[in-house]
Amino acid sequence: MRLDEIIRILDAVTVTNSLEPGEEIEWACATDLMSDVLYYSRGNSVLITGLAKQQAIRTSDIADIRVVVFTRGKEPDTQTIELARMKNITLLITPYSMYTACGKLYEEGLRCCPE
Amino acid sequence: MKAKIDRTYEGSFHIVGGDFSRAGEASTELKTILLRMGMDEEIVRRVAIATFEAEMNIMIYATAGILRYTITPEEIRVVAEDMGPGIEDIELAMQEGYSTAPDWVREMGWGAGMGLPNMKKNSDVFRIESVVGEGTTVEMTIRLGDCGEESR
Repeated sequence: MRLDEIIRILDAVTVTNSLEPGEEIEWACATDLMSDVLYYSRGNSVLITGLAKQQAIRTSDIADIRVVVFTRGKEPDTQTIELARMKNITLLITPYSMYTACGKLYEEGLRCCPE
Repeated sequence: MKAKIDRTYEGSFHIVGGDFSRAGEASTELKTILLRMGMDEEIVRRVAIATFEAEMNIMIYATAGILRYTITPEEIRVVAEDMGPGIEDIELAMQEGYSTAPDWVREMGWGAGMGLPNMKKNSDVFRIESVVGEGTTVEMTIRLGDCGEESR
């Protein structure tokens, strides 16, 4: 799914972005548990999480995840934004809950990282 | 791209327990070093994930620890040694979902009981030794085959 489609579907605000709007994101991973991200995710995924903290960015960087979505309109602190910028991670904020955000993306064809 | 490693490279990082503001910096640096050497991205991802989990364990449970890495033409080896409480029952600690992490760690997104299983999953050879009251040493080896996934 294209990055600009993800942004549109989730009514997301872009906090940091280092990718082209047409960048293809292959998979989605939704969790607040960082070890789950490391265990189950694939590179080139979008991480949907309620953990609006530096740890989500750091973990995504390690796992080659390039797009992170914070749910329920959670505003990250400046250190988290700065880290995302430094690591070239596109950071989005959606007003939707994790459940709704996942449902919307799934409905439009984006699937879970295969195990 | 396949990296041409013609000698052995070694390095280490000192980790201070409880310092969450710097959590993951050592693993990120090792990942950068490996990518600069031209290592296969999937192998780098496995090393980075295994090292990150080890780094987080030191950060969460120990007073201090050290991460040592060795890169040879055949393999990447990471040894994480900590001065922590040690693990009473290693078999239990290796089970997915088992965790003794306190609540403040869970609030940071950790402590789901996947750390040690994740280190093992991403290693070709995984060894763990622990002495209660003294500390834990984890040794992880990732072989540099033609393809990281197939060499597992």
